[in-house]
Amino acid sequence: MTDFIATMDAGVVDWARAQFALTAIYHWIFVPLTLGLAMVMGIMETMYYRTGSEVWKQTTKFWQKLFGINFCVGIATGLALEFEFGTNWSNYSYLVGDVFGAPLAIEGIVAFFMESTFVAVMFFGWNRVSKGFHLASTWLTGLGATLSAWWILVANAWMQHPVGQQFNPDTLRNEMTSFCEVALSPVAIDKFVHTVLSTWVLGAVFVVGISSWYLLKKRQTEFAQKSLRVGAIFGLIASALLMASGDHSAYTVAQTQPMKLAAMEGLYKGGTEQSLTVFAAINPFAQPDYENEDESEMKIALPYALSYLSTRDINGFVPGVRDILDGYTKEDGTRELSLEEKMERGKCAIAALQEYRKARKENAPEEFLTLLNDEIQENMPYFGYGYVSERAQVVPYIPVCFYAFRIMVGGGCLFILLFISVLFFLHKRTIAQARWLMGLALLCIPIAYIVSECGWLVAEFGRQPWTIQDMLPTWVGISQVESSAVITTFFLFLALFTTLLVVEINIMCKAIKKGPQL
Amino acid sequence: MTYTFLQHYWCFVVALLAALLVFLLFVQGANSLIFSVGRTADERRLIVNATGRKWEFTFTTLVTFGGAFFASYPLFYATSFGGAYWLWMIILFSFILQAVSYEFQSKLGNLLGVHTFQIFLVINGIVGPLLLGAAVATFFTGSNFIVHHSDFVISEWANASHGLDALLNPWNIVFAFAVAFLARILGCLYLNNRLANEDLRNHLRTPLTISSIVFVVLFLVFLGRVLLGQGYAYDPQTGVIFLEPMKYLHNLLTMWPLLVMLVLGVVFVLFGIGMTLWRPAYRRGIWVTGFGTVVTVLVLLLCTAWNNTAYYPSTADLQSSLTMQNSSSSEFTLRTMFYVSLLIPFVLAYIIYAWRSIDKRPIDMEDINDEHAY
Repeated sequence: MTDFIATMDAGVVDWARAQFALTAIYHWIFVPLTLGLAMVMGIMETMYYRTGSEVWKQTTKFWQKLFGINFCVGIATGLALEFEFGTNWSNYSYLVGDVFGAPLAIEGIVAFFMESTFVAVMFFGWNRVSKGFHLASTWLTGLGATLSAWWILVANAWMQHPVGQQFNPDTLRNEMTSFCEVALSPVAIDKFVHTVLSTWVLGAVFVVGISSWYLLKKRQTEFAQKSLRVGAIFGLIASALLMASGDHSAYTVAQTQPMKLAAMEGLYKGGTEQSLTVFAAINPFAQPDYENEDESEMKIALPYALSYLSTRDINGFVPGVRDILDGYTKEDGTRELSLEEKMERGKCAIAALQEYRKARKENAPEEFLTLLNDEIQENMPYFGYGYVSERAQVVPYIPVCFYAFRIMVGGGCLFILLFISVLFFLHKRTIAQARWLMGLALLCIPIAYIVSECGWLVAEFGRQPWTIQDMLPTWVGISQVESSAVITTFFLFLALFTTLLVVEINIMCKAIKKGPQL
Repeated sequence: MTYTFLQHYWCFVVALLAALLVFLLFVQGANSLIFSVGRTADERRLIVNATGRKWEFTFTTLVTFGGAFFASYPLFYATSFGGAYWLWMIILFSFILQAVSYEFQSKLGNLLGVHTFQIFLVINGIVGPLLLGAAVATFFTGSNFIVHHSDFVISEWANASHGLDALLNPWNIVFAFAVAFLARILGCLYLNNRLANEDLRNHLRTPLTISSIVFVVLFLVFLGRVLLGQGYAYDPQTGVIFLEPMKYLHNLLTMWPLLVMLVLGVVFVLFGIGMTLWRPAYRRGIWVTGFGTVVTVLVLLLCTAWNNTAYYPSTADLQSSLTMQNSSSSEFTLRTMFYVSLLIPFVLAYIIYAWRSIDKRPIDMEDINDEHAY
């Protein structure tokens, strides 16, 4: 393997990463709206079911139409992601297929079929099935989509915090030892709750924004006000829950991926009583000098907040980038190894594995193999560090993590203000006069997409260079393909997805312009 | 439940998903006929709307098939997808085009025009079954890869074509076209079942007849080659893989219930086609031929893996060939997924219920004026 890594074309790794990021970014344009609108449609159709009002029926149908336009591209980009695990990351696929593949298979069996079965009833069943069955189909479509998110986030969470598995030196792969630990790990629960809530907020912003456009144009005002009310109430509830889940997610990140937190905060040298950065001047185009600087320039911060967020204690110790590289003593008194020590342990694991494989081939005594296996298992948590050669390799690109985190949090706060304002003016019955608010609501649609993508960037950029945290760096998980092949498919995907996005936006705009049939 | 049982069980589940996928390729088959059967814009829309209510099933089955294969046989996933890069990428692109073409084509502002999206559906209708067929054929004829049992570089393709070499093997081509024509047959039978338009149904008879003749010839030629040619066997004691004359015929004779199923499957396929051609009012051909397709494909795939057979043979290095034993997930994972798979009958039940609910009556011109019509 060492030879393979040495001869590995760095271009392949970078292009494969770029391709996966491109696909995931495009996928994440469409999926949040699918999940968010699924809930909104469910609520609206329930209103129709209960009241029998034609306005609610047409309102539901209108949002379902937009859902349908968006839904198909999400499916297409999702299939691309599944294929790319195999085509571009075949070493990774083999190494963790035993653990990672299971959630994907379960996603297909449990969630996808539910979604694809009932989405057809939802679209084509209006005059063919009973009202109750149609309503159930709409909710089941949303449930299927949400369950699908659950399993894919379980798989993702396992990459961020690998639990419930053990490395088998005979098969050269990680094998599952506890399904519950994988499916119900704290990281998985946090990711699922936070991610799904964020999609609900995006869906609500979308509904509020589009409805505001109708009010601005003085068209379909009854439909628009009903949609605004549902969107704003749903969005406000989702936002409140999102804040709570965000706080818990940050705490979990601090416990499991301290380097990600340090990058998010631009914290180079940690300590106790750490403040939470509201703003700092970090050059977005260059990695900061974390080896020499203690903190970023022009920092505006909330005292003690980071310590509390990370440790639930305002005096808690939060490690910075340099602490993590140099090693530090944790709150519980245990010592976090320095990068050099981790690299040493990783190299021990790799050497022991090679010796084990050789000894197995030569039919060495079982006692000897057991000793080697013990050495492998002891050092396995640091296995990936055996492939690291310099400190900079394990530090994610800080500016992206730092700014993406702030845009995400700032956007979330803006949406809360938006939902409160909309509800206030609805309550006052002066919403039609608050044209500035309608304009802001419309502007919030693209902002919501940027905020949503920033959330993805924080989660995924922040864990670089790890495909699997501490165990598998990206350059080891790659397929044995030429960079030219990956470059070609990268640009094909770019052209295809961009075309689809442009077409989708245009169709959406036309459908919105046409409006509901009222 | 032993490890061996679980390996056989998951091989069965993956083969069943593949068999269902081949049946569901009726969507692609029917789409390949959009321009040859649909003479007017309305007729073409009618065809698109008939398949448009089912395309998600094909797509979902493809995704689930991939996921199940990944989870139960990760070495296959890594070797085939990472190695036969271009073959899988072309399949992927064709299915991406399909996924958006339904929803986009009839919407205002689709920019590329209805015609373009219908052409995308035709491309997927031809390329999808053809390349999936070629990929499946390699389970019998072999692929050009090497697995490094002794190193962490799991596997690599032994030539620069990265999977396109599958299209240079004439036997793969024979099977690929057999699958493509089978998809067209199933597409004709599906449209015959779903369309209320008698005129359009009559137009299906010619492509059905031609596709059936071509399919039967290609299928019998391939079957003859598979049964009478060499197959890839392995010794379960030593794990050594070797070529065995008439291996797949031996498999059928050893596992005789599979032989019975194969014969029954073929009879069902032919019966459904024959009845549809013989009696114009007969609409159930899709179910009869579809059932026969599932059974036949299931048996053929099980023959490639059960009874000590290497299901993904390597022509570059025989000992790199993949077997159920050397490529499966751990016993724990297979057992865990076994419990999850017990949900499959429940999933099938609600699919059948929902399918029947929206298919109560055939599709007519009124349906293409529905506000959500494609």
